[in-house]
Amino acid sequence: MIYCLGHNIISPLGEGSEQNYQAVVAGRSGLKLYTDRFADVEPFCASIFAEPQDFVDLCVRTAQTAIAEAGIDATAKDVVFILSTTKGDNLDLITPAKAIAKHFGNMNSPIVVSNACTSGVCAQITAKRLIESGLYRHAVVIGCDIQTRFIVSGFQSFKALSDEPCKPFSEDRRGLNLGEAAAAIVWSAEPHDGWVLEAGSIHNDANHISGPSRIGEGLYRCLRDVLQGVEREDIKLLGVHGTATLYNDAMEKIAIERAGLQDVPISALKPYFGHTMGAAGVLETIMCMQLLQHGIFIKMLSGFGGVNAAIRLRCE
Amino acid sequence: MRVSHDIEITPKSVVLDGKQIEVSETGERLLVELYRRYVGDYPKFYKMDTLSRLGFIAAEILLKIEPVEAVILGNHNASIKNDRDYLKTITDGNYYPSPALFVYTLPNIVTGEIAIRHHIQGETSFYVLDKQEDLEPIIHATLNNVPSPILGGWCECSDKDEFNAKLQIIWNN
Repeated sequence: MIYCLGHNIISPLGEGSEQNYQAVVAGRSGLKLYTDRFADVEPFCASIFAEPQDFVDLCVRTAQTAIAEAGIDATAKDVVFILSTTKGDNLDLITPAKAIAKHFGNMNSPIVVSNACTSGVCAQITAKRLIESGLYRHAVVIGCDIQTRFIVSGFQSFKALSDEPCKPFSEDRRGLNLGEAAAAIVWSAEPHDGWVLEAGSIHNDANHISGPSRIGEGLYRCLRDVLQGVEREDIKLLGVHGTATLYNDAMEKIAIERAGLQDVPISALKPYFGHTMGAAGVLETIMCMQLLQHGIFIKMLSGFGGVNAAIRLRCE
Repeated sequence: MRVSHDIEITPKSVVLDGKQIEVSETGERLLVELYRRYVGDYPKFYKMDTLSRLGFIAAEILLKIEPVEAVILGNHNASIKNDRDYLKTITDGNYYPSPALFVYTLPNIVTGEIAIRHHIQGETSFYVLDKQEDLEPIIHATLNNVPSPILGGWCECSDKDEFNAKLQIIWNN
């Protein structure tokens, strides 16, 4: 297992994990209707920063706070930077990752996890494996995506976007909202009071590249894996993906039922942050840590390419 | 870590387990030539972007020898070739965003295509890295956590005639 030493969220709802948590508890949402944000695209509802953000700068700012809280020396040889993003800095993924590591004086090659919407959970699983294999002592996991005409037009071509605030798991759900955010967690081999990442699993549906398995096969296998060694009654919260698309939520419901977790309270955060893509798995994990405070929770995600991922976290 | 089989495909050559395979075409047409020779009955191949075609055909040749439990790939340029193709569908004054192209604007789609073809419901992961050698520690750490063998390696495509796949079947011991 690996230990959480520090975390941070920057989103349109505020700067800092605590501020974002307070905003959500107060019922504030970052979602707004945009009618002429990008040329040609149809009106869409999204959570977007008021001021345009520089990708690298945003990642650096969020990591800076998490690293300061963790109190680690980011220049050390036993620290690795792991970036979770889908489109990076205007389609470039590795150059910004190198710029971020360089900013902190870290000489190791950074890793970009590009596993579609599951990337933020997969990045934490990668951190766990690298740390447990003894290759690194600390991992700075950063999740970030900035919304562009490229992404919005693509999701609209899929008819996946709603022009209203999304309604995960509602009968009248009409599609997803995109979002921008930068979240960071410092994971470590160093024992520390607080949250530990105990288990992680990634499975493919082997069914379709853009639609989920109707029986939630990949996600069910992830849940089955991370449930090993714990009682279902001890799971206090399920951080679902909850994109509010017709197929995602139906698939998740089936996977949750197959795993016997239908009585566990769920947290679906996209009505507050939108679907922050590469940031989602990191941001929503931090939010679940704050929502639950102690106990055990599972964070799960699914994405294009038929990939699914889940992690189990515990705080005594 | 033990490699039982490997394949390398470049725009001009195919080398399987150290032995050159005779081919007549080059670039993108080489991938179609390999598809016709080794597959032929999977028309979805023609819908794929070049990165997916490359990974798909390399996997096809290797997995005929031995099945795998997981697919862990990496490259430097993510899905840049197809990203550029998608961008051409949303130019000013010519805005017809193509869902068929947009779906391939993620590099992990190639791992999904391989998983579908070979019914692999284990892990699929894609990493974007500075250098090929950066993938080795990740695969090493993955092998401690997933059943082996896995299909692992480099799958790069920066343009339609500029690509390089170096895939291996890798065992934990």
